[in-house]
Amino acid sequence: MINIHEVVETNEMIEKENLDVRTITLGISLLDCIDSDLNKLCDNIYNKIYETAKDLVKTGDQISREFGIPIVNKRISVTPIALVGGAACKSAEDFARIAKTLDKVAKAVGVNFIGGYSALVSKGMTPADRLLIESIPEALSSTDVVCSSINVGSTKTGINMDAVRLMGTIVKKTAEATKDADSLGCAKLVIFCNAPDDNPFMAGAFHGVTEADKIINVGVSGPGVVKTALEKVRGENFEVLCETIKKTAFKITRVGQLVAQEASKRLGVPFGIIDLSLAPTPAIGDSVADILCEIGLESAGAPGTTAALALLNDQVKKGGVMASSYVGGLSGAFIPVSEDQGMINAVEAGALTLEKLEAMTCVCSVGLDMIAIPGDTPDTTIAGIIADEMAIGMINQKTTAVRLIPVIGKGVGETVEFGGLLGYAPIMPVNSFSCDAFVNRGGRIPAPVHSFKN
Amino acid sequence: MKKTIITVVGKDTVGIIARVCTYLADSGINILDISQTIVSGFFNMMMIVDMSGTDKDFNTVADELEKLGGDIGVVIKCQKEEIFDSMHRI
Repeated sequence: MINIHEVVETNEMIEKENLDVRTITLGISLLDCIDSDLNKLCDNIYNKIYETAKDLVKTGDQISREFGIPIVNKRISVTPIALVGGAACKSAEDFARIAKTLDKVAKAVGVNFIGGYSALVSKGMTPADRLLIESIPEALSSTDVVCSSINVGSTKTGINMDAVRLMGTIVKKTAEATKDADSLGCAKLVIFCNAPDDNPFMAGAFHGVTEADKIINVGVSGPGVVKTALEKVRGENFEVLCETIKKTAFKITRVGQLVAQEASKRLGVPFGIIDLSLAPTPAIGDSVADILCEIGLESAGAPGTTAALALLNDQVKKGGVMASSYVGGLSGAFIPVSEDQGMINAVEAGALTLEKLEAMTCVCSVGLDMIAIPGDTPDTTIAGIIADEMAIGMINQKTTAVRLIPVIGKGVGETVEFGGLLGYAPIMPVNSFSCDAFVNRGGRIPAPVHSFKN
Repeated sequence: MKKTIITVVGKDTVGIIARVCTYLADSGINILDISQTIVSGFFNMMMIVDMSGTDKDFNTVADELEKLGGDIGVVIKCQKEEIFDSMHRI
């Protein structure tokens, strides 16, 4: 039988160390909504999402109540809209209408975000893909909860440099379109290499075409729990350190697994995966950077940071895979800047640069995330940064992503406030040397030699 | 049988257990186990209970216990046992 010390441990994790289930994400296929008439298509999308997700928030809240564990977000991911809207949309404005439909239905069912305003263009773009991408600035500036993601490369296909170059411009245009809100639109736009089909985390969630009609994916979190556990093993060797992280990740993931199974049962929707990511929030103590400090660094960004993060990421996975029957999504440590107080402190102290963040993305689960850069950064430079990050993903056979926010009207030394879970960020300097001739070449970078495994 | 864990955390005072037990008895909730300890100076009590005999639903019991805790000056939480089982048992 459960003893009081175990109960106290669990409840201290929840109350003092910010243990939570970060998101229950309901994936919904919209392939059966396709129609060549735009009005009909929007109606179909609204009705299917509403019918499938109408009990999601209520069910999530009830599970949260019964187990005493916060479930912070309830979200929806849908089939990449470029596929769904291809037959009906003849212009970027047509696609933006679908975005507004998604926004409306997401608000009607009460979810925090809806992801899947996406296109998968890792090898080439269809006319529909291009129109969707061109509609992103309008779509994200005229909606509140719609998130967009574009997959521009993969280990199997190489990198679509035309798409990379286009996204450099689109990121900038989205920033311009939302400049009154400190370019917040860019916080809802992520560019991927090797995007997973079942990621429950925003802004990159979409419901892949390989998925079932509907599915429940759950993202767990708990950087604060890992940090507190590590406080008890200060000065011990790496074996003890790794064991501690593994055991803690196991416990965190088990809670996610329980919540996922309950949600699946109550909603009558199959369980997909648990994403075992350490996802920080701006709350004090809920920080991945603080874990790196607890491992032994003066600040995130110090020499040793990449090694410490690699170790952390790997141990989280090792602990987590035993705790869940199906693990997927991104699964690892997230290193967003604005959403992590420890990272913000490291940037402000001059310990952490964009280049070091790039190195860290080689060993963590995502990429350059929630980084504010000067609003006058050229499109081509943004495309260059995207290309670098995509290359890391392609060569290392891992997911990488870029979520940069060029804050229009602001420069290095200023800060930008996004509010809520998105936090605030100091604007980071960007290397000012040009890559124009490189990103303007056109075409694609071929798949790497180690992708030919047949 | 689905068990529920009730935890009471706060400053120790006379009659905490009595008042919680009275509420449970009046509601038809059977107590299977009680244990208590002091964690960082705070009174911590845990009860394992069986709610299958009560007419009240989980939310009502949780709300009423929370309110009772407010009256006594302690925090009372009601959680289904599975969360602890999941975390601490392989």
